[in-house]
Amino acid sequence: MQLHLSPEDQAFRDEMRTFFTTKIPQAIRDDVAAHREVSKESYVQAQRILNEAGLAVPHWPAEWGGRDWTPLQRHIWREEMQLAAVPEPLAFNASMIGPVIAAFGNQEQKERFLPATANLDIWWCQGFSEPDAGSDLASLRTAAVRDGDDWVVNGQKTWTTLGQYADWIFCLVRTDPTAEKKQRGISLLVFPMDTPGVTLRPIELLDGGFEVNEVFFEDVRVPAENLIGEENRGWDYAKFLLGNERVGIARVGATKRMIADAKEHAAQLTSGGRPLIADPSMRTRIAELENELLALELTALRVVSNSSDGKPNPASSVLKLRGSELQQAATELLVDIAGPLSLASFADDADTDVPEWARSATPEYLNYRKVSIYGGSNEVQRTIIAGTILGL
Amino acid sequence: MDFTFDTEQQALREAVAGLLQRAYDPEKRRAVTKEDPGFDEKVWSQLAEMGVLGLPFAESDGGMGAGHAEVALVATEVGRVLAPEPFVESVVLAGGLVADVGTAEQRAELLGALSEGTSLVVFAHAEPGSRWTPTATGVTATRSGDGWTLTGVKEPVPSGARADVLVVSAAVEGGTGLFVVRGDATGLTRDGYRTHDGTRAARVTLDGTPAQPLGDEATDRTAAIELALARATVAYAHEAVGAMETALTTTSEYLKTRKQFGVPLSRFQALTFRAADMYVSLELVRSIALWATMVVDAPDSTPEQVLAAADRARLQTSKAGRHIGKEAIQLHGGIGVTAEYSVGHYTSRLTAIDHLLGDGAWAATRLAETVDAHPYVEALPA
Repeated sequence: MQLHLSPEDQAFRDEMRTFFTTKIPQAIRDDVAAHREVSKESYVQAQRILNEAGLAVPHWPAEWGGRDWTPLQRHIWREEMQLAAVPEPLAFNASMIGPVIAAFGNQEQKERFLPATANLDIWWCQGFSEPDAGSDLASLRTAAVRDGDDWVVNGQKTWTTLGQYADWIFCLVRTDPTAEKKQRGISLLVFPMDTPGVTLRPIELLDGGFEVNEVFFEDVRVPAENLIGEENRGWDYAKFLLGNERVGIARVGATKRMIADAKEHAAQLTSGGRPLIADPSMRTRIAELENELLALELTALRVVSNSSDGKPNPASSVLKLRGSELQQAATELLVDIAGPLSLASFADDADTDVPEWARSATPEYLNYRKVSIYGGSNEVQRTIIAGTILGL
Repeated sequence: MDFTFDTEQQALREAVAGLLQRAYDPEKRRAVTKEDPGFDEKVWSQLAEMGVLGLPFAESDGGMGAGHAEVALVATEVGRVLAPEPFVESVVLAGGLVADVGTAEQRAELLGALSEGTSLVVFAHAEPGSRWTPTATGVTATRSGDGWTLTGVKEPVPSGARADVLVVSAAVEGGTGLFVVRGDATGLTRDGYRTHDGTRAARVTLDGTPAQPLGDEATDRTAAIELALARATVAYAHEAVGAMETALTTTSEYLKTRKQFGVPLSRFQALTFRAADMYVSLELVRSIALWATMVVDAPDSTPEQVLAAADRARLQTSKAGRHIGKEAIQLHGGIGVTAEYSVGHYTSRLTAIDHLLGDGAWAATRLAETVDAHPYVEALPA
């Protein structure tokens, strides 16, 4: 039992903090901090700066750009990145397909994809969910049929985040419709988004933004060499990938930043003749939220220090479940602090006196309903906890 | 930053767990708590032989010189089986005060006997007219010749009737002082009773009762009282975590075995989801309890940091204890409300812990005072 960071980890934290706050352009970090839409160019620029410094994919195998860090150091890296409002390395690349190719791809695929994936030379998107396969992902129906040296893909994916920027898609497809268990007949294919037969339809969200898409496949020909791992083992890779997705999903640093912002805003606004931050019920609400967040952060630290075997710790379900709830609670706090100002959500700068943070509060709150749905909905997490941990 | 216990600490945990699990199952606990003093004197002696009652005290005072990590391990095992022995009340709280404030002579005498299990020392602090304050107003200290006498009422005092020695807080010039009162002192009346959680408490009436100042003089000890209460709060958080863990495993087992509508209750998602939420609450409070213990043990922690950590632990313990305690009963159904079955006793003890030294709402109010003094809470101090 030891409260303090070791001198090495302390130095590591300082190094990360300094790097993130000095090497990533302030304009990009301002966009993230203000909850503005971050452009593709900004994402790419930030990730390339990180990658050049060896900070984009530290959790990958060393030969592909990984670092020999402890789980605690990885945690500090992510936490400091979020606190500094640095756009995190694109999850589809860094946390999802990269580790899968590194673990299950062949040498040729590793050489072809991994350096470009780490550097965001390839922007990946995820072809998992379908209109009839959400939480029940194994029910997916998009089919790939072997024809000579190609797979021919037909079907539809949805909720494909930032697919509009993507160069490539990694896609779960049904390759054996006769398999006894539906999980057994699924394979993982990768192909360029500009392959003939791929079309994309953006979906507008409640916040007015376009971050998810439907993707349609009509007789899309994919070379057989683009199969990752073994045929019909795609479900195992998906589980591996989703396990990675949940690491870091607590997003404690990002929530800390939102609460810190909320306190500043509450100090600026007057309510009942005094600063809103002086209101006892507001103070108590913030204090309770901060305590919940501290408990979550400490739980994340416990999980990282116990997951050295590389397998996702079942307790990571707690992080997803609680992390999403607290992110949502922070966005809700911001809306409540903005109060009536929050109605000016879609006003242009020229037409309003309402500060930007108050305008973005409700769109962000509405957008953040997604965090308890994606990455395995919170109900899926409860199922995992009840089944895997409690044996129910 | 390290949340793990070393092998020596784990050996201590195993030894204490072995002793307490042999001593208590729900039946034995019910039998023991039916009779005064509400705990098993033999188990208390065995804990003393194991060194547990002297854990946090300096070796020169007759203790083991261990830290609060060790205290936390013991408290967790106490909570796991709801051992009714007043470990936190006596060793951590009363003993902690003596260790901090007492003279060398007082420490050697009182802590030596406490560690050996020959003298039960408790802190008589609560007063019927106020709650959760580090100060005393209902008992007043008066100089009498060379010594002091105390007059007033303390209640409820955990194990107050059984105690051999009372550390009593009392109003003195300029604040709240601490005094040692012997169980056989004149003018001391103790009316003991059972509490809902199976332990014992008492009304302690002092009427010109002779008392000896704890420490060199009868001066203001409010700061020492606050710190001792904070450390006891953190130890209670671990006792509560142990209790919550058993409440959850008992509930999970019950869901697997109890059948209704021809199937085990674990087939009903409405119930398993609620059990999953109990697990989430448990892991969150466990994290914060361990962290608070590390804050208490860190040599450079300031008193303010220890008090804040205790408030954080208290707030989370209160929330989690209420959540898990209430759900444990509800998921069992009617049997959870009976005294014959174990799980309700866990809820009862969690409720007692929540109200002994300050509940969650009280802690939240205190934490709210400093909410704009930091941009965010640092879990890992530099």
